[in-house]
Amino acid sequence: MFRRLDDSGVTLSLTVDGKPIRARSGDSVAAAMLAAGIERCRATPVSEAPRAPYCLMGVCFDCLVTIDGVGSRQACLVPVRDGMAVETQLGKRQAGR
Amino acid sequence: MKDGFDVAVVGGGLVGAATAWGLAREGCRVALLDEGDRAVRASRGNFALVWVQSKGLGLAPYAGWTVRSSNAWGGFADLLKQETGLDVCFQRPGGFHLALSEKELETRANTLKRLHNQPDIVEYKTEILEHSEVAKMLPDIGREVVGGSYCPLDGHVNSLRLLRTLHTALNARGVAYLPSHRVENISKEGGEFRLATPQGEVRASRVALAAGNANMRLAPMVGLEAPMLPERGQIVVTERLRPFLNHPVVTLRQTDEGTVMIGDSKEESTDPSGLTLGVSATEAERAVRMFPLLANVNVVRTWSAIRVMTKDGFPIYDESETHPGAFVLCCHSGVTLCANHALTVAPMIARGALDKALVAPFSARRFHVPAAG
Repeated sequence: MFRRLDDSGVTLSLTVDGKPIRARSGDSVAAAMLAAGIERCRATPVSEAPRAPYCLMGVCFDCLVTIDGVGSRQACLVPVRDGMAVETQLGKRQAGR
Repeated sequence: MKDGFDVAVVGGGLVGAATAWGLAREGCRVALLDEGDRAVRASRGNFALVWVQSKGLGLAPYAGWTVRSSNAWGGFADLLKQETGLDVCFQRPGGFHLALSEKELETRANTLKRLHNQPDIVEYKTEILEHSEVAKMLPDIGREVVGGSYCPLDGHVNSLRLLRTLHTALNARGVAYLPSHRVENISKEGGEFRLATPQGEVRASRVALAAGNANMRLAPMVGLEAPMLPERGQIVVTERLRPFLNHPVVTLRQTDEGTVMIGDSKEESTDPSGLTLGVSATEAERAVRMFPLLANVNVVRTWSAIRVMTKDGFPIYDESETHPGAFVLCCHSGVTLCANHALTVAPMIARGALDKALVAPFSARRFHVPAAG
């Protein structure tokens, strides 16, 4: 759905559900996922309906993912780091993660 | 002017709705008078426990009354489901009161001993358990949990769905639900009660006051009394989590849809719009000591609500001597006692007289007896 205007500087690497994707320094996790063609970042806790990043400004909480083992983080507010492990969050978060 | 009803129930919360439903099941033509959206509504802000342990210290029959409702709750939930197709998610896995110090556990044990040593107290089991025994049922407790008390009769429910379910059932049974009908005055003329509201007068042969703390204002209009002492409670709610808590704790429970509710504070303030950070922070801090895995969980809501509370904390059920046909129902535990109100008290009102053998201990006349010692 999304394509980068310019591929220069896309040098960082992170994983989403174990699969490597590339990102540029300054990308949010949500932007990096969208640029990599990952449209579903989670499934809702009760009906398990798919969700993608929506507002991209920290308001809608639709982009919740697990980052480096910590659940329910807003992917649009967290800048990517090299080596980051992102997991899509299916249904309810597990307490303690 | 509306045509006369058999019974006008005042108050559209859990006590009023359960009573109106029970009356409709008995074949009564019922009007349920409610306030508008800005009313102070305990039934939308409560903690939703169906709770037995520790009820009745100081008035032993209250323990029996509570056990009766707890035992009736499963059948009550089934009846509601048959009528509406809605599941109120009643569960009775047994519940805990957890102690974070030896002193707290000792206080707890002493309270329970005094409760169960009262003459004529109903028999049921509440055990004091050590940390290791609690951990068998609540594997995620923290090291600071010294122990707790466990009662197999304790449970919980989805109380918002319960209120919705009752109103769905009322509608299906043809009960006239009358919102924005704040009762300003009640008089009795020609054997009929006349309830004055901003939307006009409602007439009924009988009246049942189930308006929570507002019963204090309404009861004297029909020769009854309802001395109340409202208090504020605050609740903290987390994001939805995978099920980890199989038993409700008196201060903390996981709902059917996964959120964790943390509560049980008591304040004298009766401003329902106020929240004090210190109180909710203390609740959250104790919750994390009880269940350390909650430490990094997100809080999504907090709210405060006003508890319906009589002056001594025990229910009031009374019928008027000066205005025959007028009844008052007040209680703190509108969720726990919901089954009793629907299945036991409502049929009494339908028959026109309270069953003294069951509810005489809960007359407000007890407030006129000077306290001993």
